[in-house]
Amino acid sequence: MHQQTETTLHRSVVRENPYQPHMARIVRVYNMVADNYLFTLRFVDEQIAGTFTHRPGQFIMLSLPGTGEAPISISSSPSRPGVLELCVRRVGRVTNALYRCRTNDLVAIRGPYGNGFPMEELMGKNVLLVAGGLGIAPLRSLLWYAIDNRGRFENITVMYGARTPQDMLFRDELVSLVGRTDLTCLLTVDEDPGGDWKGHIGLLPQLFDYLAIRPERTCAAVCGPPVVYRFILKRLLDLGFTKDRILMSLERRMRCGVGKCGHCSVGYKYTCIHGPIFTYWDAINLPEMI
Amino acid sequence: MKILKLEKGKLDLFASVVQQFGEVHAPTEHEGKFSFKRLNSWSEARLDYNRTVLPPRKYFLPPRETLFKYREATGYVPATEDLEKRVVLFGVHACDIHALNILDEVFGKGYLDPYYLTRRKNITIIGIDCTPDEHCFCRSMRADFAETGFDLFLKDIGDHYLTFVGTARGDDMVIATGPLFSEVTHSDIVEYKRRSSQKCDTFKLDLEIRDLPEIFELEYQADIWEELGEKCLSCGNCSMVCPTCYCYDVADEVKLGSHDGDRVRLWDSCLFATHALVAGGENFRKTRSSRIKFRFYHKQRGFVAEYGRPSCVGCGRCIEACPVGINIVGVINRLRGVEHASTD
Ligand SMILES: Cc1cc2nc3c(=O)[nH]c(=O)nc-3n(C[C@H](O)[C@H](O)[C@H](O)COP(=O)(O)OP(=O)(O)OC[C@H]3O[C@@H](n4cnc5c(N)ncnc54)[C@H](O)[C@@H]3O)c2cc1C
Ligand code: SF4
Ligand code: SF4
Ligand code: FES
Repeated sequence: MHQQTETTLHRSVVRENPYQPHMARIVRVYNMVADNYLFTLRFVDEQIAGTFTHRPGQFIMLSLPGTGEAPISISSSPSRPGVLELCVRRVGRVTNALYRCRTNDLVAIRGPYGNGFPMEELMGKNVLLVAGGLGIAPLRSLLWYAIDNRGRFENITVMYGARTPQDMLFRDELVSLVGRTDLTCLLTVDEDPGGDWKGHIGLLPQLFDYLAIRPERTCAAVCGPPVVYRFILKRLLDLGFTKDRILMSLERRMRCGVGKCGHCSVGYKYTCIHGPIFTYWDAINLPEMI
Repeated sequence: MKILKLEKGKLDLFASVVQQFGEVHAPTEHEGKFSFKRLNSWSEARLDYNRTVLPPRKYFLPPRETLFKYREATGYVPATEDLEKRVVLFGVHACDIHALNILDEVFGKGYLDPYYLTRRKNITIIGIDCTPDEHCFCRSMRADFAETGFDLFLKDIGDHYLTFVGTARGDDMVIATGPLFSEVTHSDIVEYKRRSSQKCDTFKLDLEIRDLPEIFELEYQADIWEELGEKCLSCGNCSMVCPTCYCYDVADEVKLGSHDGDRVRLWDSCLFATHALVAGGENFRKTRSSRIKFRFYHKQRGFVAEYGRPSCVGCGRCIEACPVGINIVGVINRLRGVEHASTD
């Protein structure tokens, strides 16, 4: 590093600063379920808006000026560029500040970060997506990428479980996939207090009863709260999935997103740069992973 | 490498010339403790210090620094004011230079941290020899000699310092002081070698690090972690004083009565209960035992996997700073089973 000239280093603070957030405008706020909105954003700088791309499974650091930063998965697919969709649950300081925003308000974004899903590995295979609750947020990017590049994948299967129909994220969108012949979309709710749910009622693992799949040609991507991992991983192993064909997206506290601040470490890996997508094999080998 | 020698009696002259390369900071003493400070006069410098309370890291990754200024009209604008300041750190020990080389791995690879790297560029380092005390184990951590990471390094050979020139800027300093330096003679080399092997024999602590990553994996469930968890107060002192700890927190601070503010980063510690806390209250390292295990594990196992060496240089600061006497050397020796002594 001593070889680098002074001007390069100083310029890099201004020009190539990995912590630099870029302003983005909220172009749409969609109330999906209570405390869970879908925000559509577009970078103010047209150059960035036009060139920004990502891999499904990557995340961005979202800044609410004066409040702070939080890691959020990109829920939209890179096959639909121009805007970014973020599915955000309101839980704390930054997410509450976001919920006070309206269309046309400004936030700031840097990224994309993380490894994302190994697309080369997934192409040409069957893809099984299993999500519980907010776990659909990172998987939705992969789902639409696969649908938009349908020819590059074999069978596509989505399994998604929510507590009630009122808690189901992207409900209209997912229900509209149920009838399609080019993919299998299996939805379930734990219970249906309103009595208006036409689909399956029961816990997420029960959907495996409807599944016809050849594990040796399939990659599974799983995302959800800890309870989802507890039950789903076992089912997948029982079905014959090898541990490196099961992918999962992990959440950790993150302050930098670029492998410096130390907060997201699991064992000897950093979730922000080595993840957030890990194989089940990684998970078993890294302490405190799940 | 260019090596010259400097008469000890001329050190103050040398220091006065060095000022043209930046504000001179050196170890100073206050109530028996040492710290790097800006010198008012050369007589304040205590080059015979054992260790400073805080390592030189504070110059490169300050306890608190502004990364961006947020203004409603302009968004986040990088803060650059403090970065250009030129400082000469006079009298840095080999272990602390190794620690900076370790931080270079973290901040200078992958995504480059421009704040750290700019400071590293603008701060001159003059290394100096030391005498190990009862807490030093840098030799075990292979950090008792620095080969890179300094501009000049001074090694005591009696009435002279052998001066190793590490960078072009170091060479400029030597040239600027011109006649102060002279050629190294054969007898200087003999004396250097004698002192160097003598130093090796003075270490009181010894630690075998060769297969530590394997031992850590094998002893991941050992009882010792529970015992340490019972004792540890989660005060974070050990990370604050560590020259290789780099965890930080980031916060946006708003100026009262306006929408403008600063984004700052602050030292943090993996020993603090909130370090791995995420939304929804899930905490991946809830217990003190899991956190102290994590600190050791990350330094001696995790860092090796990522960067090929442990992120500990054996400076002994955490041993001195721990209010309950948790001693890294004792812990590691016990894990290895070479010593059944207690952990303190
Ligand atoms: C890779 C990745 C992808 C993610 N994707 C999404 C996504 O797509 N959508 C989404 O909604 N979320 C996502 N998350 C989670 C999201 O990052 C967190 O919900 C977010 O950081 C919360 O920030 P906040 O400022 O709103 O909450 P904070 O104010 O930071 O608080 C969050 C929670 O942390 C706890 N907490 C924080 N500080 C303290 C303290 N000092 N003392 C006690 N408790 C405390 C509390 O339980 C609180 O509820 C993702 C996380 C990661 C790592
Ligand atoms: S862990 Fe302790 S001995 Fe090792 S470098 Fe850090 S403070 Fe020094
Ligand atoms: S200094 Fe000692 S008591 Fe404090 S956090 Fe470190 S190990 Fe625990
Ligand atoms: S978020 Fe900072 S190291 Fe991963």
